Amino acid sequence: MNNLAKRIIPCLDIRNGRTVKGVNFVDIRDAGDPAELAQRYSQQGADELVFLDITASHEKRKLLKQLVETVAARINIPFTVGGGVSELADADVLLSAGADKVSVNSAAILRPALVDELAQQFGSQFVVVAIDARLENGQWQVYRNGGRIPVGRELFDYAREMQERGAGEILWTSMNHDGTQGGFANEALAQLNSLLKIPLIASGGAGKMDHFADAFRKGNADAALAASVFHYNTIPIPVLKTYLKEQGVIVR
Amino acid sequence: MNIAIIKYNAGNIKSVSNALQQLGVNHAITDNADEIRASDKVIFPGVGEASTTMAYLKSKNLDLLIRELKQPVLGICLGMQLMCSYSEEGDTLCLGIFDQPVKRFAGDLKIPHMGWNSLAETRKPLLADLPEHSFVYFVHSYYVPACRDAAAITYYGIPFSAALQKDNFFATQFHPEKSGDTGAQILKNFLSL
Repeated sequence: MNNLAKRIIPCLDIRNGRTVKGVNFVDIRDAGDPAELAQRYSQQGADELVFLDITASHEKRKLLKQLVETVAARINIPFTVGGGVSELADADVLLSAGADKVSVNSAAILRPALVDELAQQFGSQFVVVAIDARLENGQWQVYRNGGRIPVGRELFDYAREMQERGAGEILWTSMNHDGTQGGFANEALAQLNSLLKIPLIASGGAGKMDHFADAFRKGNADAALAASVFHYNTIPIPVLKTYLKEQGVIVR
Repeated sequence: MNIAIIKYNAGNIKSVSNALQQLGVNHAITDNADEIRASDKVIFPGVGEASTTMAYLKSKNLDLLIRELKQPVLGICLGMQLMCSYSEEGDTLCLGIFDQPVKRFAGDLKIPHMGWNSLAETRKPLLADLPEHSFVYFVHSYYVPACRDAAAITYYGIPFSAALQKDNFFATQFHPEKSGDTGAQILKNFLSL
């Protein structure tokens, strides 16, 4: 018997301490303020939040630390920060500032031992490995640098390696599905999930409520992440939770 | 009211501090024995590995101190596990406040048990005023079996103790400081003991 709930995770893109994508809540004062948005999502029943920092300036580390401190002071659900971690010191700053987990993507591809080091230093539960992959000629090819550079690795093999190195969770984005709003990569999710002993977060393709149900029932994902359907309030989280409950999916 | 959060080499102390801040409760993060003894309530948080954490507590004489506290004490996550008698993690003798073992999840389950899971068989006072089957946030690979000191039961393959209470000692395997409104209620319950 297992009552562990499937998680719904809004993702926020951050640049220079502000959220990038427009956000369409009715009564929000400042749609660019990550802490205010985080609080809103938390109140709506989001199970967790992911902040993806895409700042490219020298101020990056300082800005991200401030952001994490502000968010941590305002919400009481877990949150992950990614986009700024390429060495142990980066993770230390974020976790000390109050982040619950850090996610690594390109840095883990360029130097896989980073994942071992993070897991040893902080524990596996703090380490999310994010992977972008695209289906090409029947194989899921891993990309780095926001999906711009192919790395010559196959998704399933790479994800398993990351698990062995100490990743606590895998956050997989299907580049074929991302932005299409046509549903998650359920078949590949199910395949990947069957190979993993750690939780799997589905990302890429959310457009309708039944896409989430499918990611959980067909894709066997432990969590589903989405951005625009939540930012633009196309799918309000409380409505989604009610729908999933009716579909027999265990949610909080 | 004075609340002491025991300061030691563990993660998530800041999260607990933030949660108390959100509840408007004054608190100190301290490893000073006199300050801890003099406080009205003590919170013993923790994320980390059992054997290294126990060794650290011993080196600071915090192990004896925690055991002898008379005011309400709340252990969280690893804090709860260390309040038990023995942990399979690192083959560790713990504080022995709760006469229970700490075991590692086995079988086909994904480990760690991570995410929101629901509470059953909740007991007052720690888990008073909660809706039935409230969800709380867990992250752990080891568990305390269901037992007579359980203040709540959660199912993950097997039933385990999601919370414990005995005399002035209370503990949660989940993180109330990360469990939204439900967690805030549980912290309030503890603070109003």
